[in-house]
Amino acid sequence: MTFSSKAVTGLMLAGLATASLSACGTTDSSKNADGGKCGYKIGFLGAQTGPNGNLGLNMTGGIKTALDAYNKDHADCKVSLVIKDSQGSQDQAPPLAKSLIDDSKIIGVVGPGFSGESAATGDAFSQAGLVTVSPSATNVDLTKNGWKTFHRVLANDDAQGPAAAKYLQQQGAKKVFVLDDSEDYGTGLAGAVKKALGSAVVGTDSYEKDKIADVVSGLVTKIKGSGADSVFVGGYYGDSGLLAKKLRQAAWKGIFESGDGSEDPGFVDQAGAAGAEGAILTAAAAPATADFTSKYEAANGGKAPGLYSAEAYDAATALLNGIDSGATTRSALLDYVNSYDKPGVTKQIKFTKTGEVTTQTIYAYTVKDGKIQPGTPIK
Amino acid sequence: MEFLLHHFFELTISGLALGSIYALVALGYTLVYGVLQLINFAHSEVFMYGTFAVAWVFVFIGGKESSSSGLMAALPTLLLALVVAMLVSGGVALALERIAYRSLMKRNAPKLIALISAIGASFALSEAMGLRDKFAGWFGLDDNLANYVSKPRDIYTLPVTVNPHGLFTLGDYRVTDVDVLVIVSALLMMVGLDQFIRRTRFGRGIRAVAQDPESAMLMGVNSTRVVQLTFFVGGLMAGAAATLYMLNIGFTRQDAGFLLGVKAFTAAVMGGIGNLRGALLGGLVLGVAENWGAAVLGTGWHDVVAFVLLILILLFRPSGLLGDALGKARA
Repeated sequence: MTFSSKAVTGLMLAGLATASLSACGTTDSSKNADGGKCGYKIGFLGAQTGPNGNLGLNMTGGIKTALDAYNKDHADCKVSLVIKDSQGSQDQAPPLAKSLIDDSKIIGVVGPGFSGESAATGDAFSQAGLVTVSPSATNVDLTKNGWKTFHRVLANDDAQGPAAAKYLQQQGAKKVFVLDDSEDYGTGLAGAVKKALGSAVVGTDSYEKDKIADVVSGLVTKIKGSGADSVFVGGYYGDSGLLAKKLRQAAWKGIFESGDGSEDPGFVDQAGAAGAEGAILTAAAAPATADFTSKYEAANGGKAPGLYSAEAYDAATALLNGIDSGATTRSALLDYVNSYDKPGVTKQIKFTKTGEVTTQTIYAYTVKDGKIQPGTPIK
Repeated sequence: MEFLLHHFFELTISGLALGSIYALVALGYTLVYGVLQLINFAHSEVFMYGTFAVAWVFVFIGGKESSSSGLMAALPTLLLALVVAMLVSGGVALALERIAYRSLMKRNAPKLIALISAIGASFALSEAMGLRDKFAGWFGLDDNLANYVSKPRDIYTLPVTVNPHGLFTLGDYRVTDVDVLVIVSALLMMVGLDQFIRRTRFGRGIRAVAQDPESAMLMGVNSTRVVQLTFFVGGLMAGAAATLYMLNIGFTRQDAGFLLGVKAFTAAVMGGIGNLRGALLGGLVLGVAENWGAAVLGTGWHDVVAFVLLILILLFRPSGLLGDALGKARA
């Protein structure tokens, strides 16, 4: 197989070019060209650029951390990573998923990143028998499609919604205004919060993802007018950040809570330190442990891990452990992941029949002095 | 409905603020249409480059570190940003005229070809801005310019958050200095432009070419110059709109112009395309109607209200609220 190493180099370089600007300094990955006779690849499907590109870069950083460690121990049989940048869009993901499926050297995929793109590609992966382990897709319905290959290493919105609602009430919320961004992830999460809050919901509304700018003033009027003492937003930081800023500028004093789509430093940039102060961001993603942080920084040129970095590391580790154990075909790796049961950096990684991780914990992160503080588990 | 009545002033003022921005951008569509009978679909990108120019000025002066300030403290930087954004947008509009239109016009290409050229230019400009880090990378400047380029297609945030302060109370809404600044400065710009077109030599040239390009040429009007000027003035207004937009919204991205451009074009058609005062009226009506509609029907209906209103107005007044014709409409 002489052609494969060239193809790997090409894909790696293409992947790296889109991966991140900070990746320029690292040379490790180009050495993967020397993949030897094995030449196995794992894929990544998710955002690298676009409004929510930060989150995807966190994920590839985690995968790289796992991969670097693996390749150091297996210099004779390296695994390489193929990155497909969907920009987090469910419209762009399907052809990218197909290109992963068509590459027979790819035997496992970390991803897809967000729920929308997972929904759009789950069928194709399932039919191809290509195992996927998502570090971040939390929409409830994803595990209800009968897909054989779908897994995720974090709790779904059914767990996040009630926990977010519970935490809000623990903080003293009595009247909650619930918003969503009209997409799979946002409506799923906001729906679960609404259900858990029951009669404490005083108003609901939805906006279009990435297009809140035109409607934000009307939303602020509505939220203030409803007499709500707290707001929950099911959406991403590109939108929720602006809403938080405008609410605070309009002197609204209530509690602002959003889900893991907003749990990103970009939220603070968007809202400004004053607008973001006190905001609660819930996530199924665990805060990074000190040990993982140092490993991650070593593998990523000193960059600190972000949301989903540790989950992506766990997902990639499960795949790499499989390859290490000799599960080097798609079907063998799928079987291996299905029966996987090992401690990860975030939790014990073990999947139910439908692909849910068995440990379902949700964390609450609070913004203080312009920074997102490490999360605490919601009890 | 009850909600609308309770918050009538708040919804109306914020609708007017948004509508003034629509109106300023609509001027660019209407001016070019008035003179060339051509819809400049790349005008939304002229606006978008202005929004980036505003953010860059703020980053250049204060750095990328986010901070917040009152309107008065931010005013000097804001004025500088206004000038720079107007020049950048005006410059982009001029380049657009030179590259995407002039040679087509010279060869008497059908209007449809110019329209396609405009759409192409729109995509090219938008994607070029989205990939600005790549261009910087070619020249090895991506480290030096890291504060300005950021990741491809990423949101670009204004580092300074301008916090509005209440000035006076209208109904039960406290009108803020930012609201007033946005609405008043947009109105001033438009009055200024209107006077410019009505009273100056250049304005007369624009009106002459709009009425009858051939006769104007025979009378010694340099029509190339007039077309250039029209694009430039439209760009200046888009730059002003961009400054007000950034003051109000505070972030932009490479596709920020798209929806706003469609809305502004709608405003221009609603008011009567080719008519400056129509663009103003159309913009304000659209901004307020959207806000009211969203309040009554739900935020998801925001854009539905805008476009249903457009269809209704055109059904009863096919040439828009104030009629068309840049040349004729000034008595």
